[in-house]
Amino acid sequence: MIKVSNVYRSFGHKEVLRGVNLTVNKGENFLLIGRSGAGKTVLLKNIIGLLRPDSGTIRIDGIDITQLTKEKLERVRLQFGLVFQGSALFDFLTIEENVGFFLYQHTKLSRSEIRKKVTETLALVGLKGIEDAYPYELSGGMKKRVAIARAVIYNPKILIYDEPTTGIDPIAVDKIVSLIQDLHNRLAITSVVVTHDLEMGLKIADRLAFLLGGQIIFEGDKKDLEKSTDTRLIQFLKGSSGGPIKEMEV
Amino acid sequence: MRLIKGIEELFKYIGSIGFFIRDTIHWLLVKKRDLKSITREVIFIGIDSLPLASLIAFFIGMIIAFQTAYQLKAFSSEIQLAPLVALSLVRELGPVITALIVAARSGASITAGIGSMKISEQVDALEVFGVSPIDYLVVPKFIALVICMPILVMYADFLGIFGGFVVGASKFSISLGLYFRMTFEALAGKDVFSGFVKSICFGAAIAFVSCYEGFRPFSSIDVSRSVTHSVVRSFILIIIFDCILTALFYFIG
Repeated sequence: MIKVSNVYRSFGHKEVLRGVNLTVNKGENFLLIGRSGAGKTVLLKNIIGLLRPDSGTIRIDGIDITQLTKEKLERVRLQFGLVFQGSALFDFLTIEENVGFFLYQHTKLSRSEIRKKVTETLALVGLKGIEDAYPYELSGGMKKRVAIARAVIYNPKILIYDEPTTGIDPIAVDKIVSLIQDLHNRLAITSVVVTHDLEMGLKIADRLAFLLGGQIIFEGDKKDLEKSTDTRLIQFLKGSSGGPIKEMEV
Repeated sequence: MRLIKGIEELFKYIGSIGFFIRDTIHWLLVKKRDLKSITREVIFIGIDSLPLASLIAFFIGMIIAFQTAYQLKAFSSEIQLAPLVALSLVRELGPVITALIVAARSGASITAGIGSMKISEQVDALEVFGVSPIDYLVVPKFIALVICMPILVMYADFLGIFGGFVVGASKFSISLGLYFRMTFEALAGKDVFSGFVKSICFGAAIAFVSCYEGFRPFSSIDVSRSVTHSVVRSFILIIIFDCILTALFYFIG
């Protein structure tokens, strides 16, 4: 379980997170939505320990990761798989080396064993025969799927997707959505999807939270969302430019 | 006020690069390296720099020979061309020119490479996979630079001396045997040793500055700024280190 309590994070004078409270239960498909630039990526980087909050606590299965040493934090971080917004595949490595990166770094498996596992994992995300290609040879949608394969190959407990459908065409978006649902069911993991694409997010989510102005202004399931009378949330759901959310709050 | 802010920034920079050097040395000492990653860097930093280093070293040797011959002509001592070219190159110009070439070519490329990895979240991805970016990206480059620089400097010295010989042979009809005999007679072990020490220090300085600057960008515009900083700061450090080391070797005797 992930429990974020009263987390603040600033960059210089800019306060990005202003007392975030959030709970992600074990095994659920959780959606974090918010406008572009709302601080969603900053929040997830705090959750995964890539950034440290200025104050507040982040508990992963009861352990407050904000108090951990660098070495202990690295061990906790291995429970996470992260699919980056821009895929973040290593340009200088082949797809096999990218997907098998964790295994090459942390296991004593032979090259042929890793290649076999890479081929299996690529098949899991619907790709085959691209082991020897380089990232620049792939389309945006394929890169996303490779990034997902790279994140699931070491069986993380929690899989985080940062804007998984940004920059890809609608057909590829549909494939990624199906893949996220499929992986969640087959691997029985906790999934956190961070996006500004509400339509896509709602197809996936069991529960969701809405981040605005550095704070969570809504947390609940889809029924709670329908019942909500928060005008800011309603404006976001409608996608209307007029309403209480002003440009200043972005 | 601006001066105070500038001094404050300078100390911050020195402090953070100090931590960076500490972390690099830590990873250098605690982990066994795989040869593949170092070989890849040696090829890029060392072998790929050879054509440019050859060209510049050869012409620098010729230029020194011409300038020296011009002065020696007044004393009818053109034969002294060989030792003067050799000493200028081995003690001073070989290490400095080679370091400037490597800083401009490989250092800039290292900064741009790490910088683009940083802004495309590849550096974050390394951390997510439990791999230290310093261990994975910096240490192999540091080792490769420290290995390559002395070899490149020796190679540049040799080509520069050969450039001097071309001038000596064509203008003053000095034979190959005589030229190289005079060259090796003039060179003392200390000259070669000082060039060797300088080249290692310059290699380390280029590695630290270029890698450190690579981790600083937050956007693509920052990458170009970091590359400029990397080259300029490497140049400044090379000249400062050269001055300190030359003075040190002078006083040691």
